[in-house]
Amino acid sequence: MRPFVYERPASVSAAAAIASRFAAEGVPPTEAAAQFIAGGTNLADYMRLGVAQPARLVDLNGLGDRALRQIEVGDDSIRFGALVRMGEAADTGEIKRRCPMLAESLKFAASGQIRNMASLAGNVLQRTRCEYFRETSWPCNKREPGSGCAAMEGFNRQHAVLGTSNACIATYHGDFAQALIALGATVEVEARRGMRKIAFSRLHRLPRDTPNVETELAPDEVITAIEVPLGAWSRRSRYVKIRDRESYAFALASAAVALDMDGDTVSQARIALGGVATVPWRARAAEEALSGKALDDEAAEAAAEAAFAEAKPREHNAFKIPLGKRTLVRALLETRDMKV
Amino acid sequence: MSETPLASLSRRSFMTGSVSAAAAGPLMATSAKAAAPQPAASAEPRDLSAISLRINKQPYNLALDNRTSLLDALRDHVGLTGTKKGCDHGQCGACTVLVDGKRVLSCLSFAVMNKGHEITTVEGLASADGNLHPMQQAFIDNDAFQCGYCTPGQIMSAIGCINEGHAGSEGDIREYMSGNLCRCAAYPNIVAAIMQAQDETRKA
Repeated sequence: MRPFVYERPASVSAAAAIASRFAAEGVPPTEAAAQFIAGGTNLADYMRLGVAQPARLVDLNGLGDRALRQIEVGDDSIRFGALVRMGEAADTGEIKRRCPMLAESLKFAASGQIRNMASLAGNVLQRTRCEYFRETSWPCNKREPGSGCAAMEGFNRQHAVLGTSNACIATYHGDFAQALIALGATVEVEARRGMRKIAFSRLHRLPRDTPNVETELAPDEVITAIEVPLGAWSRRSRYVKIRDRESYAFALASAAVALDMDGDTVSQARIALGGVATVPWRARAAEEALSGKALDDEAAEAAAEAAFAEAKPREHNAFKIPLGKRTLVRALLETRDMKV
Repeated sequence: MSETPLASLSRRSFMTGSVSAAAAGPLMATSAKAAAPQPAASAEPRDLSAISLRINKQPYNLALDNRTSLLDALRDHVGLTGTKKGCDHGQCGACTVLVDGKRVLSCLSFAVMNKGHEITTVEGLASADGNLHPMQQAFIDNDAFQCGYCTPGQIMSAIGCINEGHAGSEGDIREYMSGNLCRCAAYPNIVAAIMQAQDETRKA
């Protein structure tokens, strides 16, 4: 592991100032000399593997602002402080009641220990577990731009079928992010030049030709809060996750579904898919296929077909297309049948 | 009470400590009385940071490279080798300890980030008179281990799991203990031990 200087600022502005001092033009946060750490569950691992090589770690756990550690459940929204840990959010009764999808996406992620450590903001920024990204002896366009992609013709069973490019097919593994993109969340970020809000759907970037640039964030921008609007769809919501083993594994396929129903008819569907795409993935085509329709088996299957119409399989991951469709169908029907 | 942890070092940790001390200066734990806590921020990446930790209710003042994980600090610098290194990547749970009563993975935490927190390892569970913690006793009663390597992590995780309120049923225990792998597959007996120790652990 590369040696690093450790700093523990007491305010967001001080943290942003340190990061700003070491930021360089055109260098994304994941390659910056100074990087933020909160839970450390992803970054410490990648530093040990040599994938991440910050020369300076800015520990956010000393930040004094109490709102960073609070969950506020209001009438119209839930606001998560960025430093709230996954486990606390998953166990909050009001969240389980008002928007089950949010709590389930957290409960089914990682392990009890990791959920106690990992911050919500850090969780949504977690990096892929592509084996070729993790092991620095392989070429990888995400880790070393221009070096090539060993996954394309390699063992790509866990790789993405949606949102891929010729440069990268690494899966975005997070679960919470699927709930956030389905629900239309907003991320609040702070830097020395001020605050801004980013729609969660715009936070992550498709890999395209620059898979090393993963988000819209600048290296000195600190996520301070995540705000999730509540609506007629929130209570009738689920997160279904399919894995190689029943617990403590990344999704092979998952579906976040929230439905606003008028009798048997779908007024509004909100759908996101995990384990199958390079970024958090809102399935707009599936939502449109369901809008105004009676939600029966046939409609659910048509929505699933629409969701994967653009899917591009590789040698070992073609199974994710039928698995992803069946996961979505199951999630739609189970969500329809929820008693709310 | 503050004693010099050097006195209780095992052979293995003494050897590890000796090697790194020879290579990189004063890395071993010092007596809590010997040095006042210093600011942890270092100026150069290779500077050692002065780190005060509270482990099993004892204060320790350490001078550590910032790269030192909490796990390595416990095992190689404090001499508490009960906490085990399995994968060193957060995948197996063998290194589980409690920080402020919550179970975490000590391999994924830098020691320097744990200043001011109360760390509990498996060595801190038994009472001063040698009576085992109810969870330790339950693991013995239920034959909940074979090779024993994952056991300290299992026990610390089980205590955390109960404190979190997630050990109400066998199904819950299996779900919420999934971060602790046992290659001997003693899982049925581990679940039984946790069921047995629930009430007493809540009181402990």
